[in-house]
Amino acid sequence: MSHAVIIKNAVKRYGDFTAVNGIDLEIKKGEFFTLLGPSGCGKTTLLRMIAGFNTVDGGEICFDDRVINNVPAHKRDIGMVFQNYAIFPHLNVAENVAYGLKARKVPKDQIGPRVEEALKMVQIDQLKARQPNELSGGQQQRVALARAFVIEPGVLLMDEPLSNLDAKLRVQMRTTIKKLQRRLGITTIYVTHDQEEALAISDRIAVMKEGNIMQVGAPEEIYRKPANPFVANFIGVSNFIDCTVEGGDPKAAAVRLNDEYHFNMPLRKPYSGAAILSARPEQLFFGDEGIPGEITLSVFLGDFIQYEVTLHSGQIIELNEYTKDVDSSRSVGEQVRISFNPRQVSLYRKDTEEVLSC
Amino acid sequence: MLKGKGGQPFYQDFWFWVKLLIFVVFLLFLVYPFSTLVINSFFSGKAEGFTFYNFHRFFTKKYYYQALGNSLKISLIPTVTGILIGVPMAYLMTRFNIAGKTFWHVLIILSLMCPPFLGAYSWIILFGNAGVVTQWLSDLLGFQMPSIYGQGGICAVFTLKLFPYVYLYVSGAMGSIDRSVEECAENLGSGKLRRLVTVTVPVVTPSIAAGALMVFMTALADFGTPGILAGGDFRTLPTLIYNEYLSETGGNANLASAISMIIVVISLLILFLQKWWVARKNYTMSALRPPQVTEYHGWKRFLVTLPVAAVTLISFLPQVVVIFCSFVKTNYSNFVFSEGFTLEHYTELGRSLSTNIRNTFVFSTTAIVFILVLGILMSYVIVRRRGKTGGALDMLMMAPYVIPGSVLGLCYIVAFNNLGRTADGTVIKLTGTASIIIIAMIIRKLPYTVRSGSAFLMQMDPSVEEASINLGVSPMNTFLKVTARLMLPGVLSGAIISWVTCINELSTSIMLYTGKTATITIASYTNIIRNSVGTAASLASILTVTSGVLLIVVFKASKGKVSFV
Repeated sequence: MSHAVIIKNAVKRYGDFTAVNGIDLEIKKGEFFTLLGPSGCGKTTLLRMIAGFNTVDGGEICFDDRVINNVPAHKRDIGMVFQNYAIFPHLNVAENVAYGLKARKVPKDQIGPRVEEALKMVQIDQLKARQPNELSGGQQQRVALARAFVIEPGVLLMDEPLSNLDAKLRVQMRTTIKKLQRRLGITTIYVTHDQEEALAISDRIAVMKEGNIMQVGAPEEIYRKPANPFVANFIGVSNFIDCTVEGGDPKAAAVRLNDEYHFNMPLRKPYSGAAILSARPEQLFFGDEGIPGEITLSVFLGDFIQYEVTLHSGQIIELNEYTKDVDSSRSVGEQVRISFNPRQVSLYRKDTEEVLSC
Repeated sequence: MLKGKGGQPFYQDFWFWVKLLIFVVFLLFLVYPFSTLVINSFFSGKAEGFTFYNFHRFFTKKYYYQALGNSLKISLIPTVTGILIGVPMAYLMTRFNIAGKTFWHVLIILSLMCPPFLGAYSWIILFGNAGVVTQWLSDLLGFQMPSIYGQGGICAVFTLKLFPYVYLYVSGAMGSIDRSVEECAENLGSGKLRRLVTVTVPVVTPSIAAGALMVFMTALADFGTPGILAGGDFRTLPTLIYNEYLSETGGNANLASAISMIIVVISLLILFLQKWWVARKNYTMSALRPPQVTEYHGWKRFLVTLPVAAVTLISFLPQVVVIFCSFVKTNYSNFVFSEGFTLEHYTELGRSLSTNIRNTFVFSTTAIVFILVLGILMSYVIVRRRGKTGGALDMLMMAPYVIPGSVLGLCYIVAFNNLGRTADGTVIKLTGTASIIIIAMIIRKLPYTVRSGSAFLMQMDPSVEEASINLGVSPMNTFLKVTARLMLPGVLSGAIISWVTCINELSTSIMLYTGKTATITIASYTNIIRNSVGTAASLASILTVTSGVLLIVVFKASKGKVSFV
């Protein structure tokens, strides 16, 4: 049966370096949960702690109510898909998939049909007699996937499973994985550094940085309402503009940008002082009023046009305009004003990076 | 409490026991005997208690310190000449379309792997005082060959026998210089020769140093060649150890122990010197594009092939001579080439020397089984479970390079000659038994297998093992079902090389054998010393052919990818 995975204050240290710094997470039963972050953020370390390949130096990891800190890796009932597939090179496709079933002493007459069914699910049943070295990367990935879920594990772990595939195959495989996970209902923890992949595949995402969790939420929530500038910039692209806030009244706080533009927006709570305004390129548009600047670069990319606008302060702002919304590109040198909808952008305290916008 | 990797108590961790086993084996059969030897060297029948008497005697008596000088000369000269031959050979073989390249390469390896004293022996057959060429020259031309005995002959034999070490290391390195490095030098305006001197050779210097170290160590440690080519009173440290030990029988071999210490100290110094020097200039390079091979045709191709063929054939000649002579009739101690061919030396072997032949194959096969099992386990521990003890294991693996065979033999004699008495008063000892020779083979030859095993394992993705554990197979069973299974081809080729060196082992077993446990090498060596040339040649032929067949099997099976050095 599928487990919920509860992580309480988990710590992993390598000498003086703390790779995982007291992380708390509750992953629901049957959920597709992604650990997302740049390389070195501790996401793979945490995944390997759950798998039992890394010791837990502090805190607890539980499957449902059961603490598994001291359960050896081979008794954890976990399926895992490795970054480089880790196909057994001396076994053929069917033998690879049957490996875990044999270890679990599944009766011989059931192994064949279960392997067959698993291979059908990942659409490689016609390759079952092939040797691993006769398979393409994508096919090996499917074998690894079938081998992991055929044992019906309580938890399925995936460590950047798509990073070795070419772009087109990657998109195709992530759809396969997502559908398969839905169908089987196995709690899945997925590690990736690719934010687009994470958004596409996950029920919820935990964004990690330097061994800490920066934000946990559904993909849309993380994209629309990033909890801090790191998340805002890691998920998608964001422009950050320094500003000052006079927000004695949180319902209509005044935000000023370089004395050149000001607007009102609602805040979560009263705050006055230095702040950072975060806006994505596609949240910005050219308007009659807004922040003044000059177009210094214009790149036509087909479905949208990418502009660089240099403000009077010298800061460069990135702005995207959809081709379908305009008749022609603007040219370099044009004086423009950048505008936005205050309810879409985010505002953070300059000192603590705490989120101020609603 | 001690914790294993998965958090379970240490006594449930399979690898804890494996490490323990390995350490016990090495403590018992390397550390303990060597410590006994060290202690032994500081005692003497001629002085009370702890004393430097042996060392004092060594450095004041010409008879002894001369041997030190001789040893250094016959190690250093072949090192230099070996570089002078090995480096150009490597350059020619990696950069030009030499005709019959693979054939020469295999011959060079074959001549390296056959026992060194055989080379010495065939040079005596050809150029000795009663040698074929010597007599022919003096009969026909009245020309007197310079004597092959003594320093000159030994250096010549070592050079031809050991230059392949330099060749193998350097050709490996030259083959992995990325083409762009040399192209860049050319682009900057360097001519071919200038490029060779300013870029190619400096980049491969660490490999030259590695090869040179092997030449030096092997020459320093070799017993058979100076034993056969001593000619009067030319002594080296290994032959001195043997003689001293024989003359000190019944005693504690104190002086022989002291001499052993001196030879180990020299080896260590040279080893550290080489490591220190190489550490300062370590260029790691992975060839994305292997270097350009110049394609010559016609006489140009002949000209680059000629030196390769000449050097290879001369260094391989001993093997041919020995096999040829094993079919030649003999008259007492001389070959009589005019009377045609005979099989009598081989029938003689069957009659009186079948024990030696059986010993060689039984001992080496037993040793190889242990080497294979220990080799797989040790490579795994060194690569995957290093922990705090991995470094210590690496050190132990270096031991066979710094402890010459005859020294290890002496270690075993001083340590295992008297292990107490049974109830009826007989001395329990390991010396003189088959076990001690097998143990010596295991300890000395294991590193070859461990090195090929760990090199193989380093390239193996650890997640394959993790995948197996993850699927519910315990770490121990994963090792047996997956890791060991996948390592086997890599370790096997290393083990066969270990096997070949076990078959050709002389310097340890000559110290440890008795009549019952003599091997082919020992019988062959003693027959050479006794001038029983026909028997010696047929025994030596068996060694050469067996080694050759085994090596060609490895070469074929590994598609030439196995490392022989």
